[in-house]
Amino acid sequence: MLFSLTFIVYLIATTTYVGFFITQKNRVRSTARCLLFGAGALHTVTILSRYFAAGHTPLTTHHDTVSFFAWSMTWAFLSFRWRYQVKNFGTFVSLVVSALMTVAALSSQDIAELPPALQSVWLPIHASIALLADGFLAMGFCSGLMYLLQERELKKKRFGVFYSRLPSLDALDNLIQHCLTVGFPLLTLGIITGSFWAKQAWGSYWHWDPKETWSLITWFLYAAMLHQRFIAGWRGKRAAMLAIIGFIAVLFTLWGVTFLLPGVHSYVR
Amino acid sequence: MSVDSILVLGVNHKTAPVAVREQLAFTSDPERPFRKLKEIPGCSEFCFLSTCNRVEVIFTSPHQQETIRAIKRFLFATSNVKEEEIDNFIYLHRGADAVNHLYRVASSLDSMVVGEPQILGQLKDAYRNSAERQCTGVILNRLLHKAFSVAKKIRTETNIGSSAVSISYAAVELARKIFGNLAGKKVLLVGAGEMAELAAEHLINQGISEVIVANRTLERAVNLAKRFNGKAVGLNELHAQMEFVDIMVSSTGASGLILLQEDVKPIMKLRKNRPLFLIDIAVPRDLDPKLNDLDNVYLYDVDDLSQVVEVNKAEREQEAVRAERIVTEETLKFLQWIEEMQLAPTISALRHKADTIVKAELARTLSHCDLSAKEIKSIEKMTGAIINKLLHDPIHFLKEEGHAQEDKRLKLDFMRKIFGLDLEAGKEE
Repeated sequence: MLFSLTFIVYLIATTTYVGFFITQKNRVRSTARCLLFGAGALHTVTILSRYFAAGHTPLTTHHDTVSFFAWSMTWAFLSFRWRYQVKNFGTFVSLVVSALMTVAALSSQDIAELPPALQSVWLPIHASIALLADGFLAMGFCSGLMYLLQERELKKKRFGVFYSRLPSLDALDNLIQHCLTVGFPLLTLGIITGSFWAKQAWGSYWHWDPKETWSLITWFLYAAMLHQRFIAGWRGKRAAMLAIIGFIAVLFTLWGVTFLLPGVHSYVR
Repeated sequence: MSVDSILVLGVNHKTAPVAVREQLAFTSDPERPFRKLKEIPGCSEFCFLSTCNRVEVIFTSPHQQETIRAIKRFLFATSNVKEEEIDNFIYLHRGADAVNHLYRVASSLDSMVVGEPQILGQLKDAYRNSAERQCTGVILNRLLHKAFSVAKKIRTETNIGSSAVSISYAAVELARKIFGNLAGKKVLLVGAGEMAELAAEHLINQGISEVIVANRTLERAVNLAKRFNGKAVGLNELHAQMEFVDIMVSSTGASGLILLQEDVKPIMKLRKNRPLFLIDIAVPRDLDPKLNDLDNVYLYDVDDLSQVVEVNKAEREQEAVRAERIVTEETLKFLQWIEEMQLAPTISALRHKADTIVKAELARTLSHCDLSAKEIKSIEKMTGAIINKLLHDPIHFLKEEGHAQEDKRLKLDFMRKIFGLDLEAGKEE
């Protein structure tokens, strides 16, 4: 019930952001921002209520995971725009958040019993850090997408909807970098805490189970990207494309592995 | 001399793309256009104007078809445009339209960036060059001087110039979309022309930190660099400089490309892929169009920039309407002057014709009459009086004030036809 309400507020916030994108009226923007803030707050309440209903950190079902992903992205965005504003970034972020919330809404909301092996303090630490990392990387995806859209209009010299609405390429390039420089350490931390948890639950740090493997692949992708950026100056279009590819790897780690390659993480359904 | 013998033939940014226009550029030999145009039969007065955005010939001619054909051939002589395709790229204005067009050009209403200030100077230069070579006459001298004063009037009476943003303004807008903040960015001017200067001025207003000028002749580069507290380099240092600058404005008079894709590719690596904004305001183009395919390189030529300007054009449109009204008024005034110019020659042609007839008839009659000198004198006097009395009313009718412009033209035309004055003149030639 609480979840449905949150979901609806998210949808309204997203619609308002899209409305702002079209009209570019500042009043619409502040409304959208308030709505998103409200949705984020409501979402926090939803997650807390799930915690009390389940009796443990609600990050063990698919529904809870994706919902938490959306939550972390919302708050990553809200915390970011506390520091600096990027024109029309909210529209893109809210669209992705709504998409995630739709996925969460469509999956089963039953509360799963937690196997004793997994009852550990590492569960909330590992899962929340990993998903928070995903939230920032998802923002990196949004900024990469915005970069490519703006870059395309500047290259083709056809000035359509995006030219006037999106910020400068330089601002978007910086945004990608900011998202990744926050997201990447969190991802690293998520993997490390995961291995501690694995040690505690199954006795060894690393299992090469598909999810672990894929998160490592994702990690290497981002690591290579950041390395190239600082060493060889990979920026602009290439960085934007890598931010998008990296995020696809994140999604594959989250869903592809869960549904296609079952392993020890497969309880997350 | 009728209004209809004033013509304007040319190409501009609206009728022909850069690719065609640059083939017509007359940079190699500045004397050629004057030499060639003087050779064209029937091209009695002319003024030749060539800028980045237009090449046009303003001329007066009695036998128009041949002259027009010859001028077309002259304009497109260096291009690969086929003769039957020429008409797709040119405009031809005649009479009142030609006057109107010239006024619009002078007051920058026909410019790519409406209201940009350079065109008037360019037209003045063109006129001076043509006048110095004795290519202009009574009509064009008057017409061009009028054009200059119309342009000045429009500049002072409307706001068209103040909001006028030229191509460099569009460039600044784009630079902001690429770099965000322009503070701390460096600009390299290649070629030290007026356009480059204007672009640099706009960029400096936006906080550009350093200006570097590269020019073929170092002296001009030094002079321009001094104005912006920048530094001057030779054209051979171009590649080395490109590693450090963010924006490059190229406006050389080179006849070929000065920078190829292969030149810039290794430079981008050295720059660690920092974006590079290339602005090519030269016609013919200086920069390889393929440069735009490189990652993080943004190349804009004159035509591309005009698209950006289109975006904030609407505000200036209202001022343009007022300016157009002034142009229309002034065109009418010029036509009036031409009419008056025509009145005197018509009257003298009329008298001349009558005198010729009288002289011929007298000679014929007197040759077989045996009359005294006194008698001859009085006969001559009588014929003179007949002519004067006969012509008095038609001349009075022509000179009559208070007629609409259109009526005056009709009257003149009518009178010339009745007395066959144009036939006469044609025979003489």
